[in-house]
Amino acid sequence: MDFLRPASWEEALAAKAEHPTAVPIAGGTDVMVEINFDHRRPEYLLDLNRIELLREWEVGEENVRLGASVPYTQIMEHLRAELPGLALASHTVASPQIRNRGGVGGNLGTASPAGDAHPALLAAGAEVEVESVRGSRFIPIDAFYTGVKRNALQPDELIKTVHIKKADGPQQYSKVGTRNAMVIAVCAFGLALHPETRTVRTGIGSAAPTPVRAREAEEFLNAALEEGGFWESGKIITPSIAKQFAELASGACNPIDDVRGTAKYRRHAVGIMARRTLGWTWEQYRGTGRTLEGAA
Amino acid sequence: MRVNFTVNGRPQEADDVWEGESLLYVLRERLGLPGSKNACEQGECGSCTVRLDGVPVCSCLVAAGQVEGREVVTVEGLAEYAKQRAEHGGACGTGACGDNGTSLQAAQQWSARPSGGAADSRTGEGAELSPIQQAFIDAGAVQCGFCTPGLLVAADEMLERNPSPSDEDIREALSGNLCRCTGYEKILDAVRLAAARQERQGEAV
Repeated sequence: MDFLRPASWEEALAAKAEHPTAVPIAGGTDVMVEINFDHRRPEYLLDLNRIELLREWEVGEENVRLGASVPYTQIMEHLRAELPGLALASHTVASPQIRNRGGVGGNLGTASPAGDAHPALLAAGAEVEVESVRGSRFIPIDAFYTGVKRNALQPDELIKTVHIKKADGPQQYSKVGTRNAMVIAVCAFGLALHPETRTVRTGIGSAAPTPVRAREAEEFLNAALEEGGFWESGKIITPSIAKQFAELASGACNPIDDVRGTAKYRRHAVGIMARRTLGWTWEQYRGTGRTLEGAA
Repeated sequence: MRVNFTVNGRPQEADDVWEGESLLYVLRERLGLPGSKNACEQGECGSCTVRLDGVPVCSCLVAAGQVEGREVVTVEGLAEYAKQRAEHGGACGTGACGDNGTSLQAAQQWSARPSGGAADSRTGEGAELSPIQQAFIDAGAVQCGFCTPGLLVAADEMLERNPSPSDEDIREALSGNLCRCTGYEKILDAVRLAAARQERQGEAV
């Protein structure tokens, strides 16, 4: 094994181009587990810890530019107003020790369907900026996950920045597990209201081969809210709309039975979380017109 | 490969480090510091918690090569670290203030019962302990002791950040540390005790 320690982003890209099999390591919270357990013996480890720009974030007009290695702890502390869904999701990641090391870039690189950040990114709307010596490109988050632990990265590319749409309305995140800490999601659900465009976006975790949006549920809800004039009136969403939304969200799942839960349970739980997160966000929307803080 | 980094305020050099090796392995097997415990090797248990540039991390999940040039504080250096912090205030974020720190030899031989002293490892009397260590002894928060080093490092860091923690704050800060003996109640007592003592000391100053 070789340990590559690029001092700059350019050096990292050059190293990845030269050694496309190199495994990037930032927080190490996934990669080191695999090495410790002898599940993986990469030829090269590409350490990204010395690259400052990956640990920086910037709040722009429309987006937050989040460096791939910004630890979850920082997201929780500093970006709760701009990225409430992701901040809530970050808080459910493992433990303080893990949140101090891990970041969204690692979640995206690993592309596990159970990654906690994914539903929040899908619901908020995001683009992943990846780069290689050949140049850079933006991958819409919906097109990023291509299979179980597979993503749209080319072998010579590295994840640089995640461009996440700043919240223009309430966002919520819900996760099912056996306790509050150190839990891999049985399933998870993210929901974001976008009052500016009068749309609702969702993200489902751990209930399909990849993180997915509940598109039919979104389309149904968008139409129902528009037709009923809910965005203007701010009136309570009728139970029948919420129920239909939950059923469609359940239907968007394609889960498996595994040690953490059965497919049937996951489908059921996603429906419940869909209804609840809709209720929570809508209450926030009704309460203040536009609440930007996530309710923890 | 060779890794140069600061451990408990003193520069150290580890040789013949395998590229896939963890910081935990380097501390225990190359530097002879077994205080950080090796249990789950997957970040679940927190027994290997150390401070990396001041931040609590699971040392089993940090690749050795990633600590090049950085500062690590282990449980063996915790007493000195806490002392430095008390003397220098928050300015000593890394435990490397002045030229003190804890030498490798002292760290390797660290014990709550210094040789020649009249210290008692059961009461901590006469030993150089950090306030959190003393509080763990006084509250009876130690049974088998395997999780204790990680809990001490995590709890000490929380008290540095948050001198008056609520029970929720304590539970959250220690949520990454597993203890299979105590049921956590006495550990919570110990942290509350350390916080209360810290507060009283703050008022006295």
